[in-house]
Amino acid sequence: MLMELKEQLLSGSAEEYLSKLFLKIERSSLNGFTSLARESALQQAREFDKNPGKGRLAGVPIAIKECISTKGIETNCSSNILRGYIPPYDAHVIQQLKAEGAIIMGKTNMDEFAMGSSTETSCFGPTRNPWDHDRVPGGSSGGSAAVVAGGEAPCALGSDTGGSVRCPASFCGIVGLKPTYGLVSRFGLIAYANSLEQIGPLTRTVEDTALLMEVIAGHDERDTTSAEGKKSYLPIKEGVGGLKIGIPREYFGEGVSKEVERAVWDAINTLEGLGATWKEVSLPHTKNALAAYYVIAMSEASSNLARFDGLRYGLRPGEDKDWHTTFSDIRAKGFGPETKRRILLGTYALSAGYYGRYYLKALKVRTLIKEDFLRAFKDVDLLAGPTMPIPAFRIGERINDPLSLYLADVFTVPINLAGVPAISVPCGFAGHLPVGLQLIGRHFDEATILQAAHTFEKATPFHERMPEVV
Amino acid sequence: MITRVDVEHIGWLASIKIEDDEKDQLVEQFNSILEYFHQLDEVDTEGVEPTYRVVELSNIFREDVACPSLSQEEALRNAPRRENGYFKSPRIV
Amino acid sequence: MEDVIIGLEIHVQLNRLRSKMFCGCSTDYHNSEPNSHTCPVCLGLPGSLPVLNKKAVEFGIKVGLALNCTIEEETLFYRKNYYYPDLPKGFQISQYDFPLATRGHIMILGDDGVERDIRINRAHMEEDPGRLVHAGTIDKAKYTMVDYNRCGMPLLEVVTEPDLHSPKEARAFLDKLKSILEYLEVFDGSLEGSMRVDANISLRGGDRTEIKNISGFKGVEKALSYEITRQKNMQRRNIKVVQETRHFDEIRNITVSIRSKVGAHDYRYFPECDLVGLRIASWVPAIKAALPELPDAKRKRFVEQYNLSDDHAKSLTSEIKVANFYEAVAARAPPKLAAVWIADVLKGELNYRDRTVDCFSQEHMAEIVNMLAENKITEDGAVQIIRDLLDGRGSSPDEIVRSKGLGKIEDDAVQKAVREAVAESADAVADYKAGSERALNFIVGVVMKKTRGKASPGEVHRLVKAEVEKI
Ligand SMILES: [Mg+2]
Ligand SMILES: [Zn+2]
Repeated sequence: MLMELKEQLLSGSAEEYLSKLFLKIERSSLNGFTSLARESALQQAREFDKNPGKGRLAGVPIAIKECISTKGIETNCSSNILRGYIPPYDAHVIQQLKAEGAIIMGKTNMDEFAMGSSTETSCFGPTRNPWDHDRVPGGSSGGSAAVVAGGEAPCALGSDTGGSVRCPASFCGIVGLKPTYGLVSRFGLIAYANSLEQIGPLTRTVEDTALLMEVIAGHDERDTTSAEGKKSYLPIKEGVGGLKIGIPREYFGEGVSKEVERAVWDAINTLEGLGATWKEVSLPHTKNALAAYYVIAMSEASSNLARFDGLRYGLRPGEDKDWHTTFSDIRAKGFGPETKRRILLGTYALSAGYYGRYYLKALKVRTLIKEDFLRAFKDVDLLAGPTMPIPAFRIGERINDPLSLYLADVFTVPINLAGVPAISVPCGFAGHLPVGLQLIGRHFDEATILQAAHTFEKATPFHERMPEVV
Repeated sequence: MITRVDVEHIGWLASIKIEDDEKDQLVEQFNSILEYFHQLDEVDTEGVEPTYRVVELSNIFREDVACPSLSQEEALRNAPRRENGYFKSPRIV
Repeated sequence: MEDVIIGLEIHVQLNRLRSKMFCGCSTDYHNSEPNSHTCPVCLGLPGSLPVLNKKAVEFGIKVGLALNCTIEEETLFYRKNYYYPDLPKGFQISQYDFPLATRGHIMILGDDGVERDIRINRAHMEEDPGRLVHAGTIDKAKYTMVDYNRCGMPLLEVVTEPDLHSPKEARAFLDKLKSILEYLEVFDGSLEGSMRVDANISLRGGDRTEIKNISGFKGVEKALSYEITRQKNMQRRNIKVVQETRHFDEIRNITVSIRSKVGAHDYRYFPECDLVGLRIASWVPAIKAALPELPDAKRKRFVEQYNLSDDHAKSLTSEIKVANFYEAVAARAPPKLAAVWIADVLKGELNYRDRTVDCFSQEHMAEIVNMLAENKITEDGAVQIIRDLLDGRGSSPDEIVRSKGLGKIEDDAVQKAVREAVAESADAVADYKAGSERALNFIVGVVMKKTRGKASPGEVHRLVKAEVEKI
């Protein structure tokens, strides 16, 4: 896709292509974009048309999730508390994209502070799923996924704390990768749960994801959790002959929709037909992953979001009273209900007398979950299962029942707890709604899951289908 | 069990004002979520070390070199209230 | 005052570093516009991440070793969560379990005149918050202004055990700590706000209060004295002292309560996962080997090497600058005499002028001591020369001696004056012979007049007595 787009831009006009996208976005009802960087993007496109340069993404427009810091472009995490905040610096990934000539076209909608799996908690209202406007696009990178699936952007960046790239990729029928923790610098990513999250690409094809990874992955000295070295992913090795795939027993059965299960098994059979072998494996602590994940994420969030006080940036309505009263009012008004809920629960989990029972306990369970994966990877090269247990649900269906919303993340959060990489690729449909296959790899072994995903994609037609109604 | 008093205290700790009419619903939601979390009590973690970070790195530093800072104007640009080069904060007490 | 129990938490800025704790902003902000030394990291902008200054850790280990602490093999950073406008992230990156250095001690002179060890609980690394400027006093201000230039300055927090028993002992501890830090070249105490103290204080059997953020050693003494009086008066009136945090108002010289909410201190510490752990055990031997001679060792050496009194040795070693100055002078002039003149005279004159020893030339000091040793000037003359040099009257001791005629006159001239004076003072001689020791003073006065004050009064007294005895 991006390879062909680059050719098309070179022979045609980047300005024309971008203008068409902007026109489409203006007429769109997806509510995927929160703001467009129209002037600077068009300016850059005109420069490309004059002198294309050598960048690997020269002239290619890209949409960026609202939680990734963009110099001079409002970055607000789809939260009222950060409305109007214009960062004076670019995230590491944005610098990398710009260095390769990519054009930042605008910012995309998300669950407020990435807290959600439906993009409904945004202060800008929900983003719609391009396949069915009454349904959610998934989340929290729902805006990024929807605009790529809807043809409003050729590629996008999202962030994945507990499934926030893979979930919307699955719901919107595109490719989304959560890299190994430490592979992509988090410098400039506004933290929700910093020990869990990574920035990842959302694209139409596996090859495009590999291309974006080549640009954004690699060491950054400003993020001390960033791994050494730079990896290359292209060209992706084709074929799955000799690959051993593990099928986690716990990823099927109760709670998984029959249609999802069928599509995923079809995919496994396809991979087998292409030369891979599979065996059942067990990740016995999967059942505890959600609880451990939410305790850790909420605890970290309660601290990460403490800085939003209306003093240096962001919302500061009304008259100042004393510090505590003013600050508490701002936060009551500026955060949405889900964000407040998570901050409050996280505060409780870390508070005196409860740290051991919640946070520390969750970190120990995390160890067990990580060990589950390490054990499985002694026998197999990758794991396969559904990304989401269900296809996209209806807007409003779950938003008032937080726990039921959390339960949808059951297969994505263990991956973040273990820090391993995982990709979601389209593997079929449940009725008119896309289903995603999740392929999980060893730490820093993105190459193998890209290889399997790419081989699968070449053998199947799912990525070619576009939603009809836009 | 979380009570209204607990919710008030947590709100105070987190510096988030909670209106009276929100409290009962929060009490109910917190209790159902915490009950779900309590499944962790059942997991045997005897002798298990906590995983603070998944990637085992240590001793990552920067050298003691001074770099240019933001200008005063850049630092203050997003400030809702400022005065004479300072951020203006509500009074402390 | 054994019934007074004081523990100190001292925040030391490692201000000899070039850059802040977790970002590259310069530490040289003291004469700058507010908020001109900040970046996304120290301003806590969303998405920014900390990266630890390696040298700050080395400095921390140095201090830990000098305080006789154990350096932990593995150490890590925590988040200390609380809300205050000077804290841009809503948490301070600090240490909690596994601090850098634990269980040390340093020696101070106690109120009873006996030297004893004060135990150090721990020394840990953390970042400095910003600076708050209140419009008026903290409890009356309508609003507060915030300057983040200081925010992110590398701090070492040194926590003592409650081993101090008076404001004076607290002061002695702080003086000693400062002395050690300056010896280590990690700290410059002359910069504003470079050392800030939290003091925990209680009377035996009572609850303790914490006085936060006192700057200046005099401030610590004053705040503690006030707080002791306050607590004693409450005890006398049978009012219970409540455990609380108080602020020292430097203008009114009183402490005021600042946070009274019960259970307010719930910092929700948890490990900072944006920073990786530290394994520093292997650094320790090299840092230990490179430690300079510290005040106590230097003091001991001065006593032995230069044959000084312990008091002089202590006075000369309390500040590294003075110690170095002394040794430079002692290399060129009689060490014992140099010690007396530097410890007893020069230091006093400097103190009086609020100046430091850097402003006095080592050569000049050696010259003065040598002239004294060779009897070329009187003690009064030497004091005069020191004062003139400090106050910019004259360019060198030699020049001052010549221009002011301070040179001590020849011995035979004094002898001649003594003989003349005795001959001219028959009455006084008679009084002396009759038993009035004081009568000699009259004759000494005559000699001083004849020599226009250039003779040493002590010397003249001795000569006059000898002359009269001959009669
Ligand atoms: Mg501290
Ligand atoms: Zn900085």
